Amino acid sequence: MASKSLYSGRDPVLKKRDDFEDVLEERRNSSDLRYALRCYTPALYKGLVPCKASMLKSIVLQSDSLQYVVGQVSAECGESREAVQEEAALLLEEMAHRLQLGTIRFFAFTLSKAFKALFRGVCVNEEGIQRLQQAIQEHPVVLLPSHRSYMDFLMMSYILYTYDLALPVIAAGMDFISMKFVGEMLRMSGAFFIRRSFGGDKLYWAVFSEYVKTMLRNGYAPIEFFLEGTRSRTGKSLTPKTGLLNIVMEPFFKGEVFDVNLVPVSISYERILEESLYARELLGVPKPKESTSGLLKARRILSEDYGSMHVYFGHPVSIRSLAQGHISRSQHNLLPRHIPQKPTADTQAFVNDTAFRLVRLQEENMVLKPWVLLATLLLQNPDGMDLSTLTEQADWLRRLALAFGAFLDWPDHEPCSKVISSSLALHKNLVCVSGGRVRLVVEELPGAESATEEAGFNRAVSVLSCASYRNQILHLFVRPALIAVAMQTANCSRKDEVFNCFNFLRNVFSNEFILCPGAAVQDFEEACYLLGKCGAVQELQQDLVMSQSGQTTLAFLCSVLDPFLQGYQVVCRYLCEELEENLLENKFVPAVRSFTLQLILSGSLKCYEALSSDLQKNALAALIRLKAVRRVKAGDQVTLKVNKIAVNSLEDTLGKTNPCLRRL
Amino acid sequence: LHSGGSTSRISSQDRLRVISGHLHQRAQDGHAAVSAQECKAEASRANPAKAAPVPKRRHDIMKWNGWGYSDSRFLFNKKGQAEFTGKRYRLSGLILPSLKDWFEGTFGANLQHKSPATPALNVSAVPPPNLNESFVEELKAAGVALSQEPEDRVFRSHGHCLHEIFALREGRISRVPDLVVWPSCHNDVVKIVELACKHNVCLIPYGGGTSVSSALECPPEETRSIVSLDTSQMNRILWIDEKNLTAHVEAGIIGQDLERQLNESGYCTGHEPDSMEFSSLGGWVATRASGMKKNIYGNIEDLVVHIKMVTPRGVIEKSCQGPRMSTGPDIHHFIMGSEGTLGVVTEVTMKIRPVPEYQKYGSIVFPNFQQGVACLREVAKQRCAPASIRLMDNEQFQFGHALKPQVSSIFTSFLDGLKKFYITKFKGFDPHHLCVATLLFEGDREKVLQHEKQVYDIAAKFGGLAAGEDNGQRGYMLTFVIAYLRDLGMDYYVIGESFETSVPWDRVLDLCRNVKERIVRECKERGVQFPPLSTCRVTQTYDAGACVYFYFAFNYRGLSDPIHVYENVEHAAREEILANGGSLSHHHGVGKLRKEWMKEAVSTVGLGMLKSVKEYVDPSNIFGNRNLL
Repeated sequence: MASKSLYSGRDPVLKKRDDFEDVLEERRNSSDLRYALRCYTPALYKGLVPCKASMLKSIVLQSDSLQYVVGQVSAECGESREAVQEEAALLLEEMAHRLQLGTIRFFAFTLSKAFKALFRGVCVNEEGIQRLQQAIQEHPVVLLPSHRSYMDFLMMSYILYTYDLALPVIAAGMDFISMKFVGEMLRMSGAFFIRRSFGGDKLYWAVFSEYVKTMLRNGYAPIEFFLEGTRSRTGKSLTPKTGLLNIVMEPFFKGEVFDVNLVPVSISYERILEESLYARELLGVPKPKESTSGLLKARRILSEDYGSMHVYFGHPVSIRSLAQGHISRSQHNLLPRHIPQKPTADTQAFVNDTAFRLVRLQEENMVLKPWVLLATLLLQNPDGMDLSTLTEQADWLRRLALAFGAFLDWPDHEPCSKVISSSLALHKNLVCVSGGRVRLVVEELPGAESATEEAGFNRAVSVLSCASYRNQILHLFVRPALIAVAMQTANCSRKDEVFNCFNFLRNVFSNEFILCPGAAVQDFEEACYLLGKCGAVQELQQDLVMSQSGQTTLAFLCSVLDPFLQGYQVVCRYLCEELEENLLENKFVPAVRSFTLQLILSGSLKCYEALSSDLQKNALAALIRLKAVRRVKAGDQVTLKVNKIAVNSLEDTLGKTNPCLRRL
Repeated sequence: LHSGGSTSRISSQDRLRVISGHLHQRAQDGHAAVSAQECKAEASRANPAKAAPVPKRRHDIMKWNGWGYSDSRFLFNKKGQAEFTGKRYRLSGLILPSLKDWFEGTFGANLQHKSPATPALNVSAVPPPNLNESFVEELKAAGVALSQEPEDRVFRSHGHCLHEIFALREGRISRVPDLVVWPSCHNDVVKIVELACKHNVCLIPYGGGTSVSSALECPPEETRSIVSLDTSQMNRILWIDEKNLTAHVEAGIIGQDLERQLNESGYCTGHEPDSMEFSSLGGWVATRASGMKKNIYGNIEDLVVHIKMVTPRGVIEKSCQGPRMSTGPDIHHFIMGSEGTLGVVTEVTMKIRPVPEYQKYGSIVFPNFQQGVACLREVAKQRCAPASIRLMDNEQFQFGHALKPQVSSIFTSFLDGLKKFYITKFKGFDPHHLCVATLLFEGDREKVLQHEKQVYDIAAKFGGLAAGEDNGQRGYMLTFVIAYLRDLGMDYYVIGESFETSVPWDRVLDLCRNVKERIVRECKERGVQFPPLSTCRVTQTYDAGACVYFYFAFNYRGLSDPIHVYENVEHAAREEILANGGSLSHHHGVGKLRKEWMKEAVSTVGLGMLKSVKEYVDPSNIFGNRNLL
């Protein structure tokens, strides 16, 4: 298969990664104004059909495929064709971008100021930029950045402008549009807006997909969207959405373009702007509605230090090479291409698979800061650690992470202790050092006891904030950790037994982590290899045995998964014990949350991460997938029907992995 | 291509003379001229042929390891200028001053780097014939002409696929027929087929030998004696029926002879495939051939009224000549496209038309290929396509330009310069994007002129500019010299081939772009040092789609197995065609080259249907060329 590059190699450590260059460095030394007004002449797609944004709209509205759906809708709902056409035009008006160089220049100027205030550096891999420049000229390009912050897409356009590359058009959620002025500014900098849900709205889908496909086919601009669909609040990658990916692949499947290049982009932040905001959101404080005044209030963040950020442009992935041998394009030969068609099961599976692989590529090139290691260790020691112990263990963990192929930005020339102290200093809102001990900062309540709900809540904010950094490294550890837990559970060293346990756990957690569907064997082998390489296990003919020095590593890996095992168990227990007859789906999260909080306050649960709504929702999704819970729709409401026997047995099985929770 | 490329316009006076002469003769001897039913061609030829028919020893006048006549070939002379030898063609004896630069520039070739062919056939390299003695004895007794000379056998062991010619040039001979037989009439064929069945001998019908689908290759796994059945001596027009405008012709006749002889009587079939100088009527039927002027005359399936074919089961033919029938599936469609797997087509009744009064070439320049295709689509929509309309892409336009002969007068060269200036500077056409459509109109003078105006008016709506008759005519010339040019390329490390497809209108552009790009990419991936020539043209228009023709050639210096690379790229290109909604073939046929895709192309049931026909008609696989199925 030609797409070798897309698969993690057998040895990820040998993966060669590019060097970075700080784009802010030049900004600090020369005029921002001149930079914003400089001559901008990007290299364009060789097959470009030049057209203005307004022209684009009329192409879309006149397209055969849209006309077809307009006819269909008008026949179905009995409205006149003209009325439906008018409706389509309005939808497009609401959706379409109005990319203008002037606005980009405005942003280039203001963002230069803002970025310089926020970040110590914005590091970009220049080789990736060069590859992208090549790719843009050859075939239509789709940019697929990871999504951790609102900053992401401003930053993308800023960097592309800086390097004189074609500016992208960006699929953005409708929520921005309510921010009056800002929404329009974003529109003029290339954002186009999609409603969050438009389920069965045929016309909306037709307008939207034709709009994207027209831009792609004509090579209008690189198309940018977030595979994860929304910002990840947890620092972990989200299960990819395939809707837009399907749309951008279709022109290739139908032969309308020779190829499409997908470019995964990994954007990593040393400190995320929305850090504690996310933690509160996960704990059920609704996120503030996007508003311009809210944004202005957020100005104070400009005075803080957010460290540096890294943007890594991955290797362009050719859809053509990926699809080779998987997709028969001739399946479209017998139907006019403008008639919308649901993707076949094969196609859907291929798109889904590709989406996962792309997210894994994003993960692999995400730069990890030393703080990520510290957060990992601190979460495993909730009562704090001696600075010396932390230093020692951080050094150990660093070596383990590197052995697993981590893209770690650890200053080699500095002594370990100095690296650690500067990391701690940057994150002083989360950790403090006092009396040689490092502990999480928890907002103290004046004169209150530590066992109140509010105290528990405050601690949870700290833990979840911290976890959002640890989560950045989970993609590296998750497979070996699943084996570590499986070895412990299987209670036997036979490889097939361990694999069965591994497979079970992998299945349970496939909503939690990025685990490519159907790649269990590959994942198992990859993880075995890594564990063997770092000397933790020995792979024999039939068996997988822990080596003498492996205890520390395996124990560490087990505790990496521990919060998730506990969290899922809590959800199971809640469903078994507490559930009233008909639980409404939208009441599920608050109910589990208060159940969990009670367990914590009673002292029987120590795991604050179980309070995360993200984890709770993933657990529910897994239970539904495993058919232990059924969703029943009645009118507008969805209720959950629980198969208590199934849930109970699942809890049991999870319990075997985790003796400490059993003791409860 | 007009026969020999010599006349483009027939004045009405000439035509009247031809017709009156013809009528005069007719009055005297009625049908006698062409009605002889006995079986020896030479004896019954009423009008002793002015032009010699195809000789049995074809290699006496044709190349044994290349295309066409031995006396006609391209070469670079001592001054490094390209010239075309011989006297047969318009281009013969002319210097082509820009061909060298185009050749070197396009392929990165160099006149210093030659890859000459083996000069003569090494007879000792030809495997000795594996004869079925009793078959040969009985055949001799029946008085059928035959030969086991190595030259005759090698000549009939191949078509004109690149790999076939390349092997011959290197002196490599693989399995060849063991015997060549020359039936001279239908009854001879009946005898031969009977004997072949009796003695279990493998028969491979051979017409003009212009196949480009490996159809003539002897299956290497064939253990029986292989007999090549050369139809070239069955070349008479048996009768002409002026009331119904049909002619009954022996299937071995080659295109140029058929047209010439019919012209003498004031008629034509109008069937002009690019290979018509050499390809035979029986071959057209067996491959479902298509002619350049199909817009007026139709493709072979439209032209054929009656077919007689000899199969191992006996003779298959219809009982009448009704113009259309509803008698179950048309048995002609089992015969047409059967590619020699069912039997030998011996006689065909074809429609004929009076020779058109007037012919006019034309050409249109478009700013780009997209506009050109849009124009052709509109022409097809309005059903006003001229006899021929073809659209060359930019690369092919430049190629055509490189074939311009030396200009004799300063005036012409000045005029050329002026035209170029007008199109590129004044009209703003980008010389790297513009493309040209070539046209051929036929009919009575007034209608042709009217028709011409209609087409040019449509073209104008798509930004097309009329670009003169010369350009049009040169475009058609390219068609017959291209095969000769391939031999020139092979002298200098350049190999190439053409292939075709048919595709619905809405996919024409996508298919052209994707296939051309696929070729370029595959070449690069396979280590071809210099970007290949990858070009296409739309050669036929239909109501629902078009025929697209690709040329693909590259410089193979530095490759250890160029033919393998070539075949891989062509294979990939065909996959790309199929993925983009193109057909497996528009008129070249399937042969053995494209067999692997037949199931995909016609479905398992479809293939089963064809197999069951083969099973019934030829259970012992006497017609064992293993094409198609």
